[in-house]
Amino acid sequence: MHFKKSNPAKLPTISTTSLPDIVFILLFFFMTVTTIKNQDLLVDNKLPLANETEELTKTDRVIEIYVGRPKQEHGPTKDAMVQVQIDDRLVEINEVGHQTIIALHKMPEHLRKMAIVSIKADSKVKMGVIVDIKKQLRAINLLKINYSTIEGDVFRNLRNRF
Amino acid sequence: MRTKKTVPEVNAGSMADIAFLLLIFFLVTASIENDTGLKRMLPQENAKTTINIKKRNLFEISINPQNDLMVEDQIIKLKELRDMTITFLDNGGMAQGQMGFCGYCQGERSAHLSENPEQAIVSLTTSRNSDYAFYVSVQNEIIGAYNVLRNREGQRLFNMDYESLVSNYNKVDATTSEKSVLKRKIVTLRAMYPQKIVEPETIYH
Repeated sequence: MHFKKSNPAKLPTISTTSLPDIVFILLFFFMTVTTIKNQDLLVDNKLPLANETEELTKTDRVIEIYVGRPKQEHGPTKDAMVQVQIDDRLVEINEVGHQTIIALHKMPEHLRKMAIVSIKADSKVKMGVIVDIKKQLRAINLLKINYSTIEGDVFRNLRNRF
Repeated sequence: MRTKKTVPEVNAGSMADIAFLLLIFFLVTASIENDTGLKRMLPQENAKTTINIKKRNLFEISINPQNDLMVEDQIIKLKELRDMTITFLDNGGMAQGQMGFCGYCQGERSAHLSENPEQAIVSLTTSRNSDYAFYVSVQNEIIGAYNVLRNREGQRLFNMDYESLVSNYNKVDATTSEKSVLKRKIVTLRAMYPQKIVEPETIYH
């Protein structure tokens, strides 16, 4: 029997017509799983490390409070007071309770009872500020809090000491 | 003369390029948000503030402005904290046959540490000038100690870590019946080692 010898110089071309479809699927995947951060950080925010963490899976009931020194255009100034960012504004420490209530009232009513306050404090912040914030949160009866952290080894938090 | 009517075909060859551009744009601008942290519960504002507890049931941790750690009147390193907390919680000092005897505790049953995990209270005092990062580290170690004990009991009772029970419970695709089973196990383990962490207010003179 005689077989026709195929021409080795001429490789069959791979059809690329379905390439756009594949790319679109990828595109939609990324569009759905990601969220564009619509918030500009106005304070320094380098979160501390921790490894015994829990994930905040339900993001619809979370009020985020950023704590840190305000960002400066021309380098950070050391003596700037620590401030708090709620939504898009900088507020003083003693207004946190009031501003959190405002943020709480923007939430759908059925979620308000389950609201969690996520404290995203810079690792350079001193405990006094945190104590003040917690006191105000207690006063407005928002008792579920979360110290936001990055996954990592706690012994590296204060590297110069340990 | 009859002309042949042809619809000009749109060249779809560059479609892939356009889609790629969009894809890269979303990859760059978007970030998968995963907010993780240490969940805590604050005490009620008007809660009764004075409680009578035995000294042995209280595990006192304090942090000074220089970020030194003091536990039960001795200065220790952060690395030692987890093991010390486990020893305290798992002590089970109540004698066998008495009320509140802890059958599952594997501690040394020493006379100056906690009577049982139910009674054991961890107290954490900070100074206003301590670093937040250090406070988070200490909190992390305390929670770690509880997790170690709950994991151990989870393995013994359900052949599963406490932490994996919790993460399974938080999964989106878990069914309601699965969730109620998991919830029961989680509640059991939490009741065996309830987290009782108090942060007494510091008084200034």
